[in-house]
Amino acid sequence: MNKRYILSLIAVVVLFLIAYLGVEAVPASKWLFGILIPYVALIVFVAGFIRRLLSWSRSAVPFAIPTTGGQQKSLKWIKPSTIDSPSSKSAVFIRMLLEIVTFRSLFRNTRMKLKEGRVTYQLEIFLWVGALAFHYAFFTVLFRHLRFFTHPTPLPVQLVENLDSFFRMEIMQDFIQIGVPGVYLSGLVLLAAVTYLFLRRIFIGNVKYISLASDYFPLFLIFGIAFTGIMMRYVLKTDVAAAKELTMGLVTFRWSIPGNVSSIFFVHLFFVSVLLAYFPFSKLMHLGGIFFSPTRNMRTDTRAVRHVNPWNYPVNVHTYEEYEDDFRDKMIEAGLPVDKMPEPQEASAEDEEPAAKPEEPEAGAADAATAPEEKE
Amino acid sequence: MSDLPTAEEMLGNVKHRPPSTDWMDVPAEIRRGIACYAGNPKSLELLGHPNPRTWSCFDDDWQLPENWQQIIHEGFKERLEKFRSFKVFMDICVRCGACADKCHYFIGTGDPKNMPVLRAELLRSVYRNDFTRVGKLLGKINGARPMNYEVLKEWWSYLFQCSECRRCSLFCPYGIDTAEITIMGRELLNLLGLNIDWIVTPVANCYRTGNHLGIQPHAFKDMLDFFSDDLEEITGIRPEPQFNKKGADILFVTPSGDVFADPGTYTAMGYMMLFHFLQEKYGLDVTWSTYASEGGNFGFFTSHETMKRLNAKMYAEARRLGVKWILGGECGHMWRVIHQYMDTMNGPADFLEMPVNPITGTAFTNAASTKMVHIAEFTADLIKHGKLDLDPSRNDHLKVTFHDSCNPARGMGLFDEPRYVINKTCKHFYDMPENSIREQTFCCGSGSGLNAGEDMELRMAGGLPRASAVKTVRDRHGVNMMACVCAIDRAVLPDLMSYWVPEVDVTGVHELVGNALNLAGQHERTMNLRSEELAELQGTAEDTEGQTDE
Repeated sequence: MNKRYILSLIAVVVLFLIAYLGVEAVPASKWLFGILIPYVALIVFVAGFIRRLLSWSRSAVPFAIPTTGGQQKSLKWIKPSTIDSPSSKSAVFIRMLLEIVTFRSLFRNTRMKLKEGRVTYQLEIFLWVGALAFHYAFFTVLFRHLRFFTHPTPLPVQLVENLDSFFRMEIMQDFIQIGVPGVYLSGLVLLAAVTYLFLRRIFIGNVKYISLASDYFPLFLIFGIAFTGIMMRYVLKTDVAAAKELTMGLVTFRWSIPGNVSSIFFVHLFFVSVLLAYFPFSKLMHLGGIFFSPTRNMRTDTRAVRHVNPWNYPVNVHTYEEYEDDFRDKMIEAGLPVDKMPEPQEASAEDEEPAAKPEEPEAGAADAATAPEEKE
Repeated sequence: MSDLPTAEEMLGNVKHRPPSTDWMDVPAEIRRGIACYAGNPKSLELLGHPNPRTWSCFDDDWQLPENWQQIIHEGFKERLEKFRSFKVFMDICVRCGACADKCHYFIGTGDPKNMPVLRAELLRSVYRNDFTRVGKLLGKINGARPMNYEVLKEWWSYLFQCSECRRCSLFCPYGIDTAEITIMGRELLNLLGLNIDWIVTPVANCYRTGNHLGIQPHAFKDMLDFFSDDLEEITGIRPEPQFNKKGADILFVTPSGDVFADPGTYTAMGYMMLFHFLQEKYGLDVTWSTYASEGGNFGFFTSHETMKRLNAKMYAEARRLGVKWILGGECGHMWRVIHQYMDTMNGPADFLEMPVNPITGTAFTNAASTKMVHIAEFTADLIKHGKLDLDPSRNDHLKVTFHDSCNPARGMGLFDEPRYVINKTCKHFYDMPENSIREQTFCCGSGSGLNAGEDMELRMAGGLPRASAVKTVRDRHGVNMMACVCAIDRAVLPDLMSYWVPEVDVTGVHELVGNALNLAGQHERTMNLRSEELAELQGTAEDTEGQTDE
């Protein structure tokens, strides 16, 4: 078995037990899981996030190295690829926007297969679809949760809620009643997408090979968050008003732990806290990092506008004068122009040395020159 | 090279299934056919690079300085501060695997550590251990490990199995560029005196003699004289190239490979014809330089500093000669260096003028600051304005496809200029399949200094996707010639073609131009620049035309 995902799974199960057993066994710990830990997590998240952004921005950008994904802007009659090879600030903005909103680069994804001795490609859209579904569902869920931190609930939040529960469905059984609060699509999509992202890490050999514990852990954690949320809403019927009383208390600093908030709620909140605190120290920082990626956020007009390297320093070069000193006689003999004619008296004495020198690199040159022949 | 597996054997051996063992527990195997020979200490000495000594990558002991781990750690730290790309790319990869099967070396070798993500993880694992607290705390389970001899050897092995082609960076949702990681990794290796000879000796040559091949000034002139002899025979006209001429309009710089080996030499002859034509007809004064006689820059494959040291000659020579601007020949990585680095490193080039083609009046505003123009841009502009006298029928026997070189593709965006020139100089042009051209182009398999003789197996494996695409257009359209704008391509693609797709030859774009270009006063042109009889070539082409052309 793969230690990396088993350990991540165990970690999330342990987190579940800590919170669940904690509030069941020691009711006073609800203050810990409901109030203190969320605050600490939020502080760690914000401070950690900012710290990471600052650390990136402190690193220099010495060269303009955009990846050009299309025709450059050169001759007037050749149509440049404005978005994929953006030569202006506004074009870079569009490139970045499409990258962030539509995962444009990932959309290019293909799958390679060797077929009858040929390298072939087929459309590989699933990763792109899965990633989009995951991120948009997550975002929608997050946005909907503003309901718990605002009063009255702002109109946009209500609007999103209505859209999200557009597809009504009802299942009325004794043990399960779905549909009485409207079913939010986003929660289900999130759960499905997380499951897909996990399964591809297990079943695609190459992806499994590269996956680390830190790739599985957030997936399990987010699965846990979505799962506990869905359970609360549709199965366990947690008292939403009580939950909101607690969360509003966090925002207004008038803390209270209403008695009828279920233990699973504290688990949910604890998972979210862990995710927040973990975020800045993990790969999840790709959220901020994409904005800093020099291959995407720089203009491609690199020959038209000079990019300045803040730490550019002078280097040793072999000057033309040194070069001519090395080869002057040979150059004169070959009829090549020289800057300095040799002085007749010293010529013989001075010549010895430069004339001797060329022998060595010439040997190296010969190596380089003959090697291509050797391979034949 | 007798141990090179046949094409069938190689294909049969490629599996894209990783082993069940954790990748950290699979030590790197440095083996012949894949690895390149270690750098010659004389070359390191000449450049003042650290730790020159005679060593071999196949030895157990690499004769490293005692504090080598500390050197790597401090070098790593310094580069994290100096390069945001490096730092961000260390932090944000989510290992989604989109890059995995985009790498030609992974496709061709099936070695999982050639997946770009894992190549980067080789460095990231050390980064996590050395520079992040969480990483160090969780250790191996979270992909962190301390630097040791095995890790160093793994770095060496896989950083010299990356051609810095940037194809992965195109598909990465965050734009993580393995080229950038390989560049940093190679810089770190160079701090310990670990470089391959195929890179460091050309660098040393270039530093001293002005070009990678170590061609001295008089020999450089001799070589071009040879071409003049050939051209005189072929066309009846003898071009007289100018060297180191002060006050010329334009300084021309191209990779020295083109004056040295076929079929690059024919491209060089194409340049010479073009410049002769422009001088005779329009009085344009172009000079070559023996000092800045290298367009390529193997320093780029060594370190940023070495790249700058070699590149400095272009501006220095342009200043010394007092030219107006610089024209650059067909070369791959040379153009990445010029397009994205030169002005920043060695500029501003305020002693040069905004490049204007005096014949057409076109101002190359896209090169307003760097003041260096690509010859494909230059020639495309001339043809567009009808300034060249072309007879494309001398290329009628060719069915041409075009290989986009990695660097002009993903580090510049030069796609339509060379295609325009090809279409105006040839009758039959067919692009390869969409997934293998333009920004999605595949490496020749030998880029970034890996075009040595001893790593032929790696090169043939890495070139598989490119060859496969050529095979498609050969079978579909009868393509018999692959054009390219890169000297390394011209040096390595003939080998690749004869291995995977025999019957397809390789040409530079300006060889096609040379063949099509009419010179005033020329005699009847019965031969192409390769001194092959056109009548014979066109005869054989017509035989097959009916079956293959659409």
